[in-house]
Amino acid sequence: MQNGEDGIRKALEKKGAFGPDVDLDYYDEAGMKESIPDLKKADKDTRQIMEHVGVMADEEGRAGTIMFIDNSMSHCSNKMPEGIELLSTKEALKKYDWLKDYYWKAVSPEKDKYTAKTYLDDADGYFIHVKKGVKATYPVQSCMLIGTKKGAQTLHNIIIADEDSSLDIITGCTTGNHVNDALHIGVSEIYVKKNASIVFSMIHNWGTKTKVRPRTGTIVEEGGHFVNNYVLLNPVGTLQSFPVCQLNGKGASCKFNTVCMADEGSNVDTGGSVILNAPETTAEIISRNIVREGNIIARGSLMGNAPGIKAHLECRSIMLGNKGSTQSIPELGSTVSDVEMTHEAAVGKIARDQIEYLMSRGLSEDDAVSMIVRGFLVGSIQGLPDHLKAEIDDAIEKANLGS
Amino acid sequence: MLEIKDLHVEAGGREILKGISLDVKEGETCVLFGPNGSGKSTLLSAIMGYGTCRVTKGKIMFKGKDITEMPVDERARLGIGMMMQRPPNVVGVKLGDLVKATAGGDVKAVDNASDFKMESFLERDINVGFSGGEIKRSELMQLTAQKPDFVLLDEPESGVDLENIDLIGKKVHDLLYAKNNNCPNGKRCVSSLVITHTGQILDYIGADKAYVLRDGLIRCTGRPMDILKDIKERGYGECISCRMVKME
Ligand SMILES: Nc1ncnc2c1ncn2[C@@H]1O[C@H](COP(=O)(O)OP(=O)(O)OP(=O)(O)O)[C@@H](O)[C@H]1O
Ligand SMILES: [Mg+2]
Repeated sequence: MQNGEDGIRKALEKKGAFGPDVDLDYYDEAGMKESIPDLKKADKDTRQIMEHVGVMADEEGRAGTIMFIDNSMSHCSNKMPEGIELLSTKEALKKYDWLKDYYWKAVSPEKDKYTAKTYLDDADGYFIHVKKGVKATYPVQSCMLIGTKKGAQTLHNIIIADEDSSLDIITGCTTGNHVNDALHIGVSEIYVKKNASIVFSMIHNWGTKTKVRPRTGTIVEEGGHFVNNYVLLNPVGTLQSFPVCQLNGKGASCKFNTVCMADEGSNVDTGGSVILNAPETTAEIISRNIVREGNIIARGSLMGNAPGIKAHLECRSIMLGNKGSTQSIPELGSTVSDVEMTHEAAVGKIARDQIEYLMSRGLSEDDAVSMIVRGFLVGSIQGLPDHLKAEIDDAIEKANLGS
Repeated sequence: MLEIKDLHVEAGGREILKGISLDVKEGETCVLFGPNGSGKSTLLSAIMGYGTCRVTKGKIMFKGKDITEMPVDERARLGIGMMMQRPPNVVGVKLGDLVKATAGGDVKAVDNASDFKMESFLERDINVGFSGGEIKRSELMQLTAQKPDFVLLDEPESGVDLENIDLIGKKVHDLLYAKNNNCPNGKRCVSSLVITHTGQILDYIGADKAYVLRDGLIRCTGRPMDILKDIKERGYGECISCRMVKME
């Protein structure tokens, strides 16, 4: 990678393919270094913030926990070290020479200024390695928190699921109570090996001025299975994310579920891209958005490069009120003929007859709208984990949707 | 209980009801006959307050209150319930959840689902892919959870097979006699306005009075069985003209 440094330095000038440009120089490095060996002893604010994004301080029902505050690891605990390894990325790179074969291999540092910055900052992050044949009963949880005003958090995570292993990962990314104006860049490289499975569920909860640029690349081998659930329920300054998943082995599969509620001037540009490179691979990209006052762009891209593949893309948005705006941008492409690829997109308001139907059972207009919105966000997506459903319910309840 | 005076209603930019007057007294079961497209469902929608139709003139009184401009949910809470002819699909919302919400959050409200042969539908999206007969049973289960004082039933028996018609008939009967709602035995506590083409449902509930609607107007009124017999023997045209003469 060394000889490519010049190119990467140049890439610092390269704007992201989507989303408004972010001035990186505006931010200082987020520099808090706080160690929290026992999460239960973290201060109450921190605990609340964590739990709000699904990360439990008591670690009940979790195989392990990783926490980053700003750019350094604050906590790492592991209840099943024989099956799963949890380290910081830097520690892992020191410990394992082979890790360089995974380092910057699913995401290119020259992709744009955000990846370039992460590379040049020599960013740390977490390393999760599920060993061969290990099927974890409980998920690993991770929390990424920005604790510094005007701070830039840059993280580089690597997840490797070895053959026949399976793990669920719950990630919550958020800002501290007093932090609003901040930048989060998170590079994640995920490797799902033969017949392995990763379910990666992420909740984001930011401030109204926070700028967020995650960069995720996943490579799935034969028979592997990758699910990416992404939930954004609170206002954000600007968030742009377009994870790319490559299905490189026969029969591999991938599913992206995205649930967004944009509000108060949020600028959200999300979606996902799946490249089906191997025969009989399958992919599904589902996105559900509620737009009130913000702007949401829902993207999806499917590219078929092998025979016998099946892929479906679905972007649906509901507009509540007249202040927001939304666009659905689905994209399908294929280089072979023997493929089945479909897409569906819909933008509109909730049908009045449905609201009135529920109201005729005595539900208030608010309750009727909430029920329909919940059905739209949760009921129509298969297999969302319960903690995400609970957070979505909570957000809907708080949102007073009928008004 | 319900009193409608000179009601004019527009739907889809057209006047559908052109001056309807009728009343349903407490505990009464009234039947609404009329050919396809005569405006029967529109009348029920106007009473429930659905936004698909707009009252341009006249008044709807319920329990002594003018409800002409009242929102749908307030009418429901005042005691009106409706079984729609063609209720909308609600994608993502489970039937069981709506029944519970209808019963004010009572989780036991779904315990009687098997009485309606709906136990395997509680986890399904409301009305999505339901057959004609299943929609009727689902609507009735919801109404039973709602415990209204006055029900609008839009063709409760149409499209229902011979076996299920018995179930529907008995459940409508129970609804009117408020079997689930402390009504004194044998008393019909719940009033209703029932649309039927065949009159089959009347075998289960009996009826006190019938109205015949045609081209947006009530053309005649009388005893349900007499009117049904007239319609069956002579069709709407004849029935209406002869009754009109009698009415005048
Ligand atoms: N939203 C609407 N837009 C246009 N026309 C409408 C609308 N609603 C009702 N109509 C028309 O009004 C007339 C009465 O409809 P309605 O559904 O009330 O008839 P009905 O008496 O219930 O008939 P059926 O016995 O077939 O159920 C029909 O001609 C129908 O097409
Ligand atoms: Mg009708």
